[in-house]
Amino acid sequence: MSAYPGQDGLRNPLKVARGDGASGTGTRHWWLQRVTAVALVPLSIWFVFLIGGLMHATYPVVLASIAQPVHAIFLIILSVCLFWHGALGLQVIIEDYVHTRWIEVTLQIALRFGAILGAVACVMAVLSVWLTGTGYY
Amino acid sequence: MPNSRPTSPHLGIYRWRVNMWQSTLHRLTGLFLCIGTVFVTWGLIAAASSGAAWGAFAGFSGSWIGQILWFLWVWSLLFHLCNGFQHLMRDVGMNYGPANRDRTHNPVYWSGGWAIIAISVVLTIAVWLLLILRVAGGAA
Repeated sequence: MSAYPGQDGLRNPLKVARGDGASGTGTRHWWLQRVTAVALVPLSIWFVFLIGGLMHATYPVVLASIAQPVHAIFLIILSVCLFWHGALGLQVIIEDYVHTRWIEVTLQIALRFGAILGAVACVMAVLSVWLTGTGYY
Repeated sequence: MPNSRPTSPHLGIYRWRVNMWQSTLHRLTGLFLCIGTVFVTWGLIAAASSGAAWGAFAGFSGSWIGQILWFLWVWSLLFHLCNGFQHLMRDVGMNYGPANRDRTHNPVYWSGGWAIIAISVVLTIAVWLLLILRVAGGAA
């Protein structure tokens, strides 16, 4: 029979030792989804109140609010976690429902480009408002 | 070329229970919230650009279609949040497993799902009332 636990037939012992399974990435996706979710719990509740407070606000007030260091830092962390968590979720949706391989791979690559584009755009927008001091007028 | 790998059993063979609504809604609200991130990006870029750009964003947000979208995004976020909280609780093993799923032993397992849907709706209305009252009170 097998020389290693979990080994049968032609399965390489190294594959068993790594424990990554069929996906080749093990539990990384699952963990990242949970960790970003935990971060988003307080951040998203805070965000609802932030935008609620900015409803009907004038442009200078909006800039001043974004430029507050605590707001800017939370907005940056929120942006990264939001796009990361969203990309992890959309990745699974594509895996589940798109069964034509070339379309699936194209969508998976487009998703990553889009998520990084969105996260960078949000972070740069917050940084530019914060660091150029526009908000202090 | 569509692949010929086996797929899961057709959904039609299952009786609908609340956990299937939770799962479906979790995915749909997640998808809808992803569209929301694009909207948030628009807002932040507009704020960083100019007063006119922010005005366009604020104008759309205040329009009737914008208000409907914001309302749906708030509910989507709160449902995803409440249901996600249950996911996290079950991830650490709370109220999870075959014994808990047995309706005769643990009706809370199933009614919890309806409670999550109800709480998300109540919270959405509460948030909206708070915003309306705040604006009406002139606090903004």
